[in-house]
Amino acid sequence: MTQPWLLLTLVGADRPGIVAHVTRVLFGVGAELGETAMMRLGNQFAIMMMVRGAGNPEEVAGLLESTRADFGLKLHVDEIDAALHQHREPDVSVIVHSADRSGIVSEVTAALLEAGMNILDLRSDVGGSSDKPIYIMQIDGESSNGIEPIEQCVARLADQGLTVRVTPLETMRG
Amino acid sequence: MSVEPLPILTYPDERLKTVCEPVEQFDPELREFAEHLQHTADLGPSAVGIAAPQVGRMQRLCLVDATRAKRPVDNNGPLVLINPAITNWKGFAVGREGCLSIPDYTGKVIRAETIELTAQDIQGRTVTFKMKGFEARIAQHEIDHLDGILFLDRLVSRHADLRER
Repeated sequence: MTQPWLLLTLVGADRPGIVAHVTRVLFGVGAELGETAMMRLGNQFAIMMMVRGAGNPEEVAGLLESTRADFGLKLHVDEIDAALHQHREPDVSVIVHSADRSGIVSEVTAALLEAGMNILDLRSDVGGSSDKPIYIMQIDGESSNGIEPIEQCVARLADQGLTVRVTPLETMRG
Repeated sequence: MSVEPLPILTYPDERLKTVCEPVEQFDPELREFAEHLQHTADLGPSAVGIAAPQVGRMQRLCLVDATRAKRPVDNNGPLVLINPAITNWKGFAVGREGCLSIPDYTGKVIRAETIELTAQDIQGRTVTFKMKGFEARIAQHEIDHLDGILFLDRLVSRHADLRER
């Protein structure tokens, strides 16, 4: 019977070699990698990785203990009810920017939820300077009620000082 | 049409990386093939185009049909493009693409925003078209197939953000 997928999360100060060392250990025991997402957040490097075939969560944590310690990583392993080939296609993109302040993500995502949008991918960043930070957020999602409710909710967000652009997306398949 | 759809080659089949030969014979067999290819695309998952090499026929023929877009877009109607060549292009846009030959994956690709192309129709007559936006994207994707190029070869960062179309 196929082993269940595990979700590995690893976070630590960014330095070269983290991915290569972690995946070398996993490859060495015959593990299978599924979908992964890795990115630098702040000065940290964060990894989320679907893994199976390397044992249960405790065994995987044991395999990676030496690498974890060498790189000073925080490691978490969970068994998850996941499967490959479950992709969804976004049909709307929302891009938000403004002077940074608290509450932007909360306000925007609450409005989009109300408009029937399911978020598939969200990335946000703080740019500008330390004394004049700006907040930028890019969201791709599915618009279950069409794009009009999203455009209406965006108009309300503009009243709160946010610049928001909504763009319909269509995947070209040929 | 009651005939079976043509089997679609899927990545990493080497034929998808092969440059196709020009079509030289414009005969009833070619017309029948183009109809069969259209039938095959009709049965695929919401395809707006298909190219002959995707069914193993290594000739420069493709179909482009922007009338099948979910949202109305500028278009030249359903097209059979034989020996197509892009003669002019302008601007760039990022868009998401998928492919009948690459199931269960989509990604962002940069394409020219507007193009002009020349081709032959099913009877061998020279035709020219101006295309923009979504239709231009379809044509570029399909003509790439004729040159053995897949959208995977043109992927850009998933966070690329030129103007989406």
